[in-house]
Amino acid sequence: MAELSDTPAHTPAALRFLKQTANTLLSLLITFTGLLAVTFVIARIVPIDPVMSIIGERATDVQIAAVRAKLGLDDPLWQQFAIYVNDVFHGDLGLSIRTRDPVLSEIGRYFPATLELSTLGILIGILIGIPAGVLGATKPGSFRDQIVRLIGLMGYSMPVFWLGLMGLLLFYGHLGWVGGPGRLDSVYDMMYDMKVTPITHMILIDTALAGEWDMFRNALSHIILPASILGYLSMAYISRMTRSFMMNELGQEYITTARVKGMPERRVIWVHAMRNVAVPLITVIALSYANLLEGAVLTETIFAWPGLGRYITDALLVADMPAVLGGTIVVGAVYIGINMFSDFLYRLADPRAK
Amino acid sequence: MTTLNTWLMDPNPKSRLQSRAAQTWLTWLRFRRNPLAMIGLIISLALIFMSIFAPLLAPYDPITQSLADRLQPPLTPGHWMGTDDFGRDIWSRILFGSRITLYIVLLVILTAPIVGLIIGTVAGYFGGWVDAVLMRITDIFLAFPKLILALALVAVLGPGMVNAVLAIALTSWPPYARVARAETLTVRNSDYIAATRLQGASATRLIWGHIMPMCLPSVIIRVTLDMAGVILTAAGLGFLGLGVQPPLPEWGLMISAGRKFLFEQWWVATMPGLAIFIVSLGFNLLGDGLRDVLDPRSAGK
Repeated sequence: MAELSDTPAHTPAALRFLKQTANTLLSLLITFTGLLAVTFVIARIVPIDPVMSIIGERATDVQIAAVRAKLGLDDPLWQQFAIYVNDVFHGDLGLSIRTRDPVLSEIGRYFPATLELSTLGILIGILIGIPAGVLGATKPGSFRDQIVRLIGLMGYSMPVFWLGLMGLLLFYGHLGWVGGPGRLDSVYDMMYDMKVTPITHMILIDTALAGEWDMFRNALSHIILPASILGYLSMAYISRMTRSFMMNELGQEYITTARVKGMPERRVIWVHAMRNVAVPLITVIALSYANLLEGAVLTETIFAWPGLGRYITDALLVADMPAVLGGTIVVGAVYIGINMFSDFLYRLADPRAK
Repeated sequence: MTTLNTWLMDPNPKSRLQSRAAQTWLTWLRFRRNPLAMIGLIISLALIFMSIFAPLLAPYDPITQSLADRLQPPLTPGHWMGTDDFGRDIWSRILFGSRITLYIVLLVILTAPIVGLIIGTVAGYFGGWVDAVLMRITDIFLAFPKLILALALVAVLGPGMVNAVLAIALTSWPPYARVARAETLTVRNSDYIAATRLQGASATRLIWGHIMPMCLPSVIIRVTLDMAGVILTAAGLGFLGLGVQPPLPEWGLMISAGRKFLFEQWWVATMPGLAIFIVSLGFNLLGDGLRDVLDPRSAGK
């Protein structure tokens, strides 16, 4: 026993937890710095000369040298990188070439729209994806299993921008069930600034807080189509993984025991098995949430949604590199953050995971 | 035919070729039983057929404009998919577009998996700090959403087909490295590796000749499952105007051209999107079916 006492299993749980968290934070830091290294390299290979874009082409050699020195372009590369990392960690992502505003504060204005859209999307994905996966898993190989599988595979195969256009064509153009591109009808758009105080910058929440229910309904009719499209994408992945986790779980002996005891099948599946399926599903949901950020880039262009994806693509078209790279860093950081957070939740939920 | 069948089904194969052929035949028999996978295979073969014979199959030139015929609806005589805003036959453009799609997919699957395979096997074989460094780099690339990184890369490299391929390849190798490393770790300590090492084989030879072949099945499955993703990313870049440039008939580009008159002339954007959808669905079905027959871990299900 004395030999065993210094194995991690015998250190106090709280300490172990702290140690793991420290490890996670460290690897988060390394990954994030690596991400910055990639954007740093990308920024260095831009064919646009940063000096020329500041002082113009008719500057003298002396002026060019002065600006180069001021920008730190003569310093060794590692030093430039260190300054860059330092800037980013202090929230300085540079100035947008288009607007001359700090990139970070611009992103701060655009991000809530993306967050709202993708959160609604993932909720739709979860609400449809999990029951669909369970439907498939309870009768594997059956007709309904094949249908669920096919619908999922179709979600994987659909170009999201095309799906968005088709959705607009059908539900907005022909049926008129939903609002068109943008977050509000133009009538409400004009009233919005007067009547609603932006608290969260998420339109559904802000209009609800202001008690403007007409406006809320209008905003809902605008967000529902892009959110459903993102929801379909995540539903494809969630249902597929739910199916495979659930099938795995239903083969376990404790399930047989529960059934033999005469427990209703609904309870066996949704209480007993689901509790164990939920743990790996956390990771799956987090991953598809992070992936929705990516899907949002193309969806936002289609739906004229003033979010981060649209910010990046608009900046791309005018070669506004600080904005593009700033957006890339923020998306990457959120992506890493969500992944780490899901790891953390996973450990919290599953005592076996060490 | 019967002799071929008996040769394939011979329980005591007399040559390496015969046993390999028998294995492949058995895999094929299992694959054939899955109707969805067969549909996927047929779609994939149809794509290859279309792209090879595009000049013979296409009724019109994909690029020559004919403004008198602009925006003809589908089922117009001579233009069963209709025409676009320059009067070009959409079916002909889709046929020629299949060449571009296949070309991009081929370039990506000839580069990304190989890079990933090399990095993964080297990391897995040597272990230690080599492994730590290589896998950390892999993780960093995995931490980027693919499309965003591809966008940023194309933004600095400039739009175009080659740069789009480069951007997609640079963002798709990490999963292959992961897969290859995992496979390498399982075979690294096997006896046959030790035996070859004792005979004096170098690390390069061991990795190239004895470890990489073991990683191939999982990598191939991953490739077929990835092809749809490559098509979608390429189409997305084209749609944003960052991939293949006009007047080439790239499918994503065609959708973006049709977007301007979506509500009046719906077919211009719809048809190329259908093509993308069918082809990626085909690859996904094929990959799914291949995984079922090739991957022993999912065989039981």
